[in-house]
Amino acid sequence: MKILIKNGRLIDPASGADERRDVYIAAGKIAAIGTAPAGFSPARTIDAKGLIVCPGLVDLAARLREPGFEYKATLESEMRAAVAGGVTSLACPPDTDPPLDEAGLVEMLTFRARSLNQARVYPVGALTLGLAGERLTEMAVLHDAGCVAFSQADTPVADTQVLWHAMQYASTLDFAVWLRPQDGYLSRDGVAHDGEVAARLGLPGIPAFAETIALSTILQLARACETRLHLCRLSTAEGVAMVRRAKAEGLKVTCDVAAHHVHLSEMDLGYFDSHCHLVPPLRSERDRDALRAGLADGTIDAICSDHAPVDEDAKQIPFGESEPGATALELLLSLALKWAQETKQPLAKALAMVTSRPAAVLGIEAGAIALGRAADIAVFDPEDHVRVTPEFLRSQGKNTPFLGYELPGRVRYTLVNGLVVHES
Amino acid sequence: MNRNPQLDEKGALQHLLTIEGLPREILTHILDTAASFIGVADREVKKVPLLRGKSVFNLFFEPSTRTRTTFEIAAKRLSADVINLNIATSSQTKGETLLDTVDNLLAMHADMFVVRHAQSGAAHLIARHIGPRGHVINAGDGRHSHPTQGLLDMYTIRHYKRDFSRLSVAIVGDVLHSRVARSLIHALTTLGTPDVRVIGPKTLLPTGVERLGVREFHDLRRGIADCDVVVMLRVQNERMSGALLPSAQEFFKSWGLTAERLALAKPDAIVMHPGPLNRGVEIDSAVADGVQSVILAQVTFGIAVRMAAMSILAGN
Repeated sequence: MKILIKNGRLIDPASGADERRDVYIAAGKIAAIGTAPAGFSPARTIDAKGLIVCPGLVDLAARLREPGFEYKATLESEMRAAVAGGVTSLACPPDTDPPLDEAGLVEMLTFRARSLNQARVYPVGALTLGLAGERLTEMAVLHDAGCVAFSQADTPVADTQVLWHAMQYASTLDFAVWLRPQDGYLSRDGVAHDGEVAARLGLPGIPAFAETIALSTILQLARACETRLHLCRLSTAEGVAMVRRAKAEGLKVTCDVAAHHVHLSEMDLGYFDSHCHLVPPLRSERDRDALRAGLADGTIDAICSDHAPVDEDAKQIPFGESEPGATALELLLSLALKWAQETKQPLAKALAMVTSRPAAVLGIEAGAIALGRAADIAVFDPEDHVRVTPEFLRSQGKNTPFLGYELPGRVRYTLVNGLVVHES
Repeated sequence: MNRNPQLDEKGALQHLLTIEGLPREILTHILDTAASFIGVADREVKKVPLLRGKSVFNLFFEPSTRTRTTFEIAAKRLSADVINLNIATSSQTKGETLLDTVDNLLAMHADMFVVRHAQSGAAHLIARHIGPRGHVINAGDGRHSHPTQGLLDMYTIRHYKRDFSRLSVAIVGDVLHSRVARSLIHALTTLGTPDVRVIGPKTLLPTGVERLGVREFHDLRRGIADCDVVVMLRVQNERMSGALLPSAQEFFKSWGLTAERLALAKPDAIVMHPGPLNRGVEIDSAVADGVQSVILAQVTFGIAVRMAAMSILAGN
């Protein structure tokens, strides 16, 4: 099907383009930009006047809850949520049940995802069997099955010798290792940032150094093993500073931050709002400001949704017993735009954080609008707003600290492989 | 979400969940009302009819004898019907959720819930769920809050010292895990106590405790010097042999209150303790039973303070 997106403002962070350009799509690919190819007669024309046309978003952390947690969400519900949020490629962490530690599970997931014909799913395989931190998974087999990287999701490897060997082995085969730095002992029983609010509310704390101590270990191992390393969801000011130094030193390291942590702090816990029970915990305002600055200076490579749909029953219990996580696939674009607005950063930079740069982390051909590339595109209205309500969210998870917020930007069209998969 | 969940639209007390955020006037009103109830216990008929026809449910998700008993006595002296539910051993083990339990009891026309739970924030959760349909009194949630204990401590201090505005108060021991300490700190700072100190090993003090408006001490001798009030906290047995503390004896060696150490405080200093006492761990028997101890008076005042809280919540 041939599609013409006309009159839109094309922003493609990868090429630096930001101008009024028409986009011509044929056979699922970008056929031309600016001038129509000879004899192009579109079957559909999308008038994007006043709208921004950008690459489809790339999300580095979205839990689809399959297999194993279908009561929280299903592939169908979450894939609808993804494209409603303009997300066309997403990486899903291996913390399913069972975890993604076998090729069969990965193949089933990618097959199911492909058959839905919506966003592209890139599974991140388990680094160790059952995420138990003891035995390595068959990474080469998992890679053939479709895994783009290997991770422990939110379960740290306690045994540093196992972690060392896992990073050596991954490095041998040039696989990327994705780790969320958190010391499992220091964070044991903790449910909130070990700071002023936890002290006041009497919540068991997770100190900031639970992140930086693990980060120090991970960085030293990555240096020794020459592993391609991606750090997931930094939460502390000192963590950002350590990554900044590591990058300056020339280490092959990238990192992301969850959209929630760009905007919220421990203060948002209010009176035990379990929607703010997240991992890593929301930290101090100083940490939040450092994360924002890390995005601005490029230390942080991407904003991810850290999408984690949780059923409402698991939130309607005391804070410490509630299940951590928030739904965010549909809010990723808006939260990136909000960051740019509030910190007076260029729009293209905000879009880079959710398109070209996460695509580079994943090492996939996505996050750009370029000739011959698959036509994965988001078209949004930068002047419109969304009001976050349970009805607005297509995700099965209605749990978000942003309920009731009005956020900038509204996705109007999402295209995957040259097909319109969402419009509103 | 961030509106004070304890107050109704007119600013009156709907639930009593934590001292934090309550205006000085409400705290003083509870203390003054408690004073008017002190005499009830001395009457031949120890009852007033303020809660006649009301049902008070004691919802204890965590075992407790003392606190539950004092709430029961307080409610009965106000002529309420009291129903004790020991949830730790009933529905929760059958898988019923906290809020399901509350809904069931509301359907039985409960007017007031007295809630104790091991998780910080449990009383807030229930209060948010109930809203204006009833009243919740927090009888202790995790490490967070135990407001009637804080208020009875304030009543005791006011009884012996009259005025909060010139006092030095030292709180000694396991502040980290103590809802009693948090409640008392908020009550003292709200009512204008200029010098509140917390004393204990770093393992038992919350990170950044000074942000609560207190001074931090690690040396008991320095910390209680010239104090008017010394509040000893209970150290739970399970904390005493692990990574937080090596042993009960070792704790007593540095932070146990002995007569010799108490002599460093003002000569007329009072000694308080929320109970139950660990004699020989946080406090020496000679001090617990000594002339400066007001520990049993606290228990007596506690009933009047709980009567006051219930009566005010019920709209009297």
